[in-house]
Amino acid sequence: MDILNFLRKKNAQPSGTVAKDRLKLVLVHDRVNCSSHVLEMLKNDIIKVISNYMEIDEEELDIQITQTQTEDNAGTVPVLYANIPIKSMRKSNQED
Amino acid sequence: MSEVIVITSGKGGVGKTTTTANLGCGLAVLGKKVALVDADIGLRNLDVVMGLENRIVYDLVDVVEGNCRLKQGLIKDKRFDGLFLLPAAQTRDKDAVSPEQMQKLCDSLREEGFDFILIDCPAGIEQGFKNAIAGADKAVVVTTPEVSAVRDADRIIGLLEANGLANPTLILNRLRIDLVQRGDMMNIQDVTEILAVDILGVVPDDESIVIATNKGEPSVNTTESRAGQAYRNIVQRLLGEDVPIMSFEQAPESFMDKLKKLFKN
Repeated sequence: MDILNFLRKKNAQPSGTVAKDRLKLVLVHDRVNCSSHVLEMLKNDIIKVISNYMEIDEEELDIQITQTQTEDNAGTVPVLYANIPIKSMRKSNQED
Repeated sequence: MSEVIVITSGKGGVGKTTTTANLGCGLAVLGKKVALVDADIGLRNLDVVMGLENRIVYDLVDVVEGNCRLKQGLIKDKRFDGLFLLPAAQTRDKDAVSPEQMQKLCDSLREEGFDFILIDCPAGIEQGFKNAIAGADKAVVVTTPEVSAVRDADRIIGLLEANGLANPTLILNRLRIDLVQRGDMMNIQDVTEILAVDILGVVPDDESIVIATNKGEPSVNTTESRAGQAYRNIVQRLLGEDVPIMSFEQAPESFMDKLKKLFKN
């Protein structure tokens, strides 16, 4: 019985790891101090600028703040991640 | 050369006051002249933790406002040579003091020839925090291995750095070794990795702290207390010695555990 319990526990993530993962996510947002309102405004502005040059898929657009390793691997820094699918290049801009 | 160290945390109840009291006593035992300053105006507590609550005449606000001289405000701890406490005012609030006044107070304490001036910072990030860090050269952040405490510690580290107190060090308090070994508590590495600061010490959860605080005695002198040993190590690190972080593998209950295991097999 003890062994069964032991094995079952092994499969689930220990709560310490859960705590660490949750904290990491919370801190990414805390550290950049960027509200969802600001992120929304940023998103709209990015759409506006890019739309001048190309047609993008606004439905599939994904903008979020995450973190990445620094180049010297000394720690992590926040990054603005934007995945913007292009539908087509606008011809009018390519001409000049 | 005196050193002004602010002991802060963001979240309340993680052990700032206990840490301040124990580090102060530990430094005094090693022959340093130490002033403990309770900056938690309105919620004074360092006096009861130190067991000096019956000896208060003047307080920090009296000194700052010039109602008494600095020397009159400082309570001498008769148990430890060279240890003094400047208690917080209980009937005033945080706005009674400004950061400039705190800075001046710290300078006056330096002139008194104290080797270490430890400031017990109130919880929060408002006026009381700004006052407490105003005159400090160095900051020590206390946290426990809990999500809420580590999150607040991260915020405090950011605010300290924004206020010119770069590279604060960390004390991880109330670590439950049994929970860590089970994976049900973040370990030392988890916390230091998340906060990206140097660790100054790790204090295990220890009931001797509760008992000592009940009596108004610091635990740092209790040789059999594991938390006391951890505080003594931190004191030595503050004095520039290279003391490794305590090994927590041999928890005191391990003997019973071994017995239990023996019978199980």
